[in-house]
Amino acid sequence: MQFHRPETLESALVLMADRPVRILAGGTDFFPALGGKTLCEPVIDLSRVDGLSGIMKQDDLWRFGATTTWAHIAKADLPAMFDGLRQAAREVGSIQIQNAGTVAGNLCNASPAADGVPPLLSLDAQVEISGGAGVRVLPLSKFITGVRKTELRPGELVTAILVPDRPKTCSAFLKLGARRYLVISIAMVAVALELDAAGTISGLGIAVGACSAVATRLPGAEARLIGVTPDPVTLKARLGEEDLEGLAPIDDVRARASYRRNAARELICRAIVKAARGGA
Amino acid sequence: MALVDVEAPAGVSFLLNGKPVHLDASPAARLSLALRERGEAKDVKVGCDAGDCGACTVLVDGLPVCSCTTALGQVDGAHVETQAGLVANDPQARALADAFQRHQAAQCGICTPGMMVSAVALLRENSAPQEAEVLDALGGVLCRCTGYRKIIDAVMDVNGKAEPVPVEARAGEITSGVGAAIARIDGWPKVSGSERFGDDVAPAGSLVVKVIRSPHHHAAFELGDLGAYRRVSGLDLVMSAADVPGQNRFGVIPGFEDQPMFAEGETRFKGEAVAAVVGQADVVAALDLSAFPVTWTPLPHALVPNEAAKVANLHETRANNVMCRGFVRHGDPEAAMPAASVVVEGTFSTGFIEHGYIEPEAAYAERRGERLEVHCCTQAPYMNRAGLAGLLGLSERAIRVVPTAVGGGFGSKLDLTAQPYAALAAWLTGRPVRITYSRGESIASSTKRHPSEISMKIGATADGTILAVEFDGTFNTGAYASWGPTVANRVPIHASGPYRTPNYVARSAGIHTNTAPAGAFRGFGVPQSALAQEPLYDEIARALGIDRLEFRRRNALQNGDPTVTGQVFTQGMGIIDCFDALEPHWKRVVAEAEAFNASADGQVRRGVGVAGGWYGCGNTSMSNPSTIRAGITKEGKVVLHQGATDIGQGSNTVITQIFATALGLPVEAITLVGPDTDVTPDAGKTSASRQTFITGNAARLCGEALRARILRLGNVSDGAVLKIIGATIIAHDAAGERVIDIASLEPDNGSYVLETIESYDPPTSPLDENGQGEPYAVFGTTAQMAEVEVDMALGTVKLLRIIAAHDVGKAINPLLVEGQVHGGVAQGIGLALMEEFLPGRTENLHDYLIPTIGDVPPIDVLILETGDAHGPYGAKGLGEHCLIPTAPAIINAITDASGAKVRHMPATPDKVLQAIRECSAAH
Repeated sequence: MQFHRPETLESALVLMADRPVRILAGGTDFFPALGGKTLCEPVIDLSRVDGLSGIMKQDDLWRFGATTTWAHIAKADLPAMFDGLRQAAREVGSIQIQNAGTVAGNLCNASPAADGVPPLLSLDAQVEISGGAGVRVLPLSKFITGVRKTELRPGELVTAILVPDRPKTCSAFLKLGARRYLVISIAMVAVALELDAAGTISGLGIAVGACSAVATRLPGAEARLIGVTPDPVTLKARLGEEDLEGLAPIDDVRARASYRRNAARELICRAIVKAARGGA
Repeated sequence: MALVDVEAPAGVSFLLNGKPVHLDASPAARLSLALRERGEAKDVKVGCDAGDCGACTVLVDGLPVCSCTTALGQVDGAHVETQAGLVANDPQARALADAFQRHQAAQCGICTPGMMVSAVALLRENSAPQEAEVLDALGGVLCRCTGYRKIIDAVMDVNGKAEPVPVEARAGEITSGVGAAIARIDGWPKVSGSERFGDDVAPAGSLVVKVIRSPHHHAAFELGDLGAYRRVSGLDLVMSAADVPGQNRFGVIPGFEDQPMFAEGETRFKGEAVAAVVGQADVVAALDLSAFPVTWTPLPHALVPNEAAKVANLHETRANNVMCRGFVRHGDPEAAMPAASVVVEGTFSTGFIEHGYIEPEAAYAERRGERLEVHCCTQAPYMNRAGLAGLLGLSERAIRVVPTAVGGGFGSKLDLTAQPYAALAAWLTGRPVRITYSRGESIASSTKRHPSEISMKIGATADGTILAVEFDGTFNTGAYASWGPTVANRVPIHASGPYRTPNYVARSAGIHTNTAPAGAFRGFGVPQSALAQEPLYDEIARALGIDRLEFRRRNALQNGDPTVTGQVFTQGMGIIDCFDALEPHWKRVVAEAEAFNASADGQVRRGVGVAGGWYGCGNTSMSNPSTIRAGITKEGKVVLHQGATDIGQGSNTVITQIFATALGLPVEAITLVGPDTDVTPDAGKTSASRQTFITGNAARLCGEALRARILRLGNVSDGAVLKIIGATIIAHDAAGERVIDIASLEPDNGSYVLETIESYDPPTSPLDENGQGEPYAVFGTTAQMAEVEVDMALGTVKLLRIIAAHDVGKAINPLLVEGQVHGGVAQGIGLALMEEFLPGRTENLHDYLIPTIGDVPPIDVLILETGDAHGPYGAKGLGEHCLIPTAPAIINAITDASGAKVRHMPATPDKVLQAIRECSAAH
């Protein structure tokens, strides 16, 4: 069994080149996916790679290092645009999972119910990918392509999540599940919102998770609600079934598709109200 | 480029509980496994291997993480702290352990390490946390026993000093005996990390067994060349049906032993065993089981009863896949029903419920000459011994079963599961062998609560008197009988609820399907029938405009009333006391809910529900004795052989309190010897709410008999006060003080100078062809209220409070009573709101949901002590009662809040919202 703990990105990439490897970071998806099986491929643990963890702002871009944990995000001093992300961080599994699980791991695991994806999608996040051939950047909306599927190629690593700074944006996240902790969503919604001087919605990003194979933005709903006052009655009256056509929920053990569609609509309205009220 | 970070060397060095260690294991191994198997840290528990249960929580450089999802190599150079180390080294953790003891925050103790480690991390940041902070910090650890509330209390009281206070401590009475809320006498190992469960006792180097299971609901199969696979794989043994020396059949009900240890030619459910491999731990771990030589031919299957008639009989002698039926008839329901002013009826269903104990099944076995010793987590050591003897073709005396601590049972650890595989492998190889189920195979193959499909019709007169009930229940009993006959028998006896029902007919049937066997689960079918009867009672009360509590009170069974089996209790029927106890709370909470609904915007509506419940303690119309042995050694040690397995419910403490009181000595003077079929007599199984009642009576008789011998030896009066100092007994009465020199007495045997053995078997009578008779000597009763909020747009339900009134006859230990109620309520919450096992789909603890610490609201327990002529000191059983009314009370509260009538459990947000809309559409 080969187990590597590289301390630089360069050595991590060299270790990965030209052979199948298993990437380990927080381990919270790595080990459950393993089940009772024994590993054959070399394991590369990223948790010691210098500079791969932490949050910083460079010019107009926020940079979340790939191995930044959810606990780190939940406790970080971040502006209001990240309220939704921080709310999502506190909903990831449990304290144990938040202490180990990483932001890039959540994206690379590509679960339809990944808690981190909707808030990052609503903020137009991009994914920085490093490989032997250099660095490339993809919009998050293009990075996850299906259930457990991403654009990551052999030999590549996600090294950071990049989010454009939007000082006027406020945000919120709502997760609906059948119990309080350690729960996989029935539906979840993240919104990123800007209000004009009159208090009406001037900018809006809506992302819904667990209601399609990949969490998705709802441009139709976003357009519909521009210019609207963020109060529950107005929002519900304005937002129609047709605005949720981007969703493709399934029937499963947690809920039927019809319920998910309905819940998503309700959660969108509530998340907007929550964001507009500053998270209250 | 220099690879300074080349492949990590074998083994990993770090600080474990403050001491440097070097564990010689693969750095890619799960930290949990390495700590347990290489680091001797057996206080780290493994419940799921997926981060779903938190039992394996450790601190890595101060942060709580699941050690099952951490690689050993990732803690290189770090500081890892576990429960045992924390309690030994950290004064705050030590204080927390004391608080856990004071509050009885540990029941079975399997989640306690995860809970305490998580709590220590919180307390280091915040030594006086608020409840919400405790919930967030402990939300990642699942507990199936406690209902979490005592754990919250303990963490918030970490700096407290109060000792548990005897509720009725009176001058001159023994304050540790009956009625005293003492800490669990077996509690300290659980809170300090030294408790040893089923997977903790095998010696290092034991061979490991892994079971090969069917991936199909129903299939024919052929095994290939097992010998060749064994040789190629480096295994010590491969076992299949051909290797079973005795009868390849086991079961728990005489005449229904129908389950093979290894299937023969055909498997009847997904997860059924066909073979098992035995080898060194690393060899078994590295096996490629996809190469195991078995070929499958899937066959048509039925997963629900209404498909069962369409498939071939699972068992030749059981036509149409009907395992058995139950029946009770009383009065003339068909004639009476038309005379009713109000008739309500409905169909109701529940799904499979998984027991969800956090400790998966585990066993270790060792051959000693021509005898076999089996250590396992079990609820029924003597039944296990009989079952193993049948499978192995040995006499029962050739087998010794030694129960380990049991990390939750709730009915499923009555049946044999992992034990036969370790036992047979040890017998055949002559070497120590261990087995531990993975979470997936535990859920897939162990027994479940029976799914139910119930239709029920109830008629009442205009003044709100129940006139007639017709009940028909179909129970999916799965592929094998297990405790299915018990469910079929119990349900018709209990489906009336604790109410006068002069005209009654109840039919039940257990139907075989291609699923895991349904067996015993806290309540044996009664929680399911209450989910039909209690909602219908609300419908009658509403139709007649009678307050729902008052309606139940009017119909509550009283002493002198016949039950539906015609049994008349002249004493001990306490249900009306339960409703009376609830009444002031009911009036207040109903008024509060009405006020809330009048003032709120309607998005959230509040509701209140109530339900009653009863449960007959002990086996139904069958002998089920318990025997207790006790003795005094020549050194003056009083030893109690207590065979009632303590699966967290507290029998070690309760039975000792009863025995101590009967003997007239403090609990501290008693040395406990636990269940062990070689040295402790049979106290029966831990099920049917029988241990406090039946084993408690045996302990009382045994204590009284021992006391009587001492009094005779001292020639003192009945009221004499006893003391044992060294090897002398001092008996003191009005006539003065007598000293008995124990060493001078002729010993009874090699073990004890004075030994007594006493048994108790409750008086019952057989039921006739109409189910009439006296099935139980004692019924315990309960009534519970639930207060909920329903989100009218999302269908989500938030529980605000449960108030639970229980007539326990006499609370032997009030703190244990509260703990049982809390845990039962939590399981009732799961039944009502979130739990359903779907074969092949929810075989883990993130798809199969049990309540977390954030899902159990405050629970007020109202303990009623109306006494009982049969119970020891008046005590009745309690274990199953506390679960029965919870789910119907919640369902009734949801209806009260929202109008939604959810008839098919669980009441997920989806189903609640659908029912809200059906209700709106109907009005």
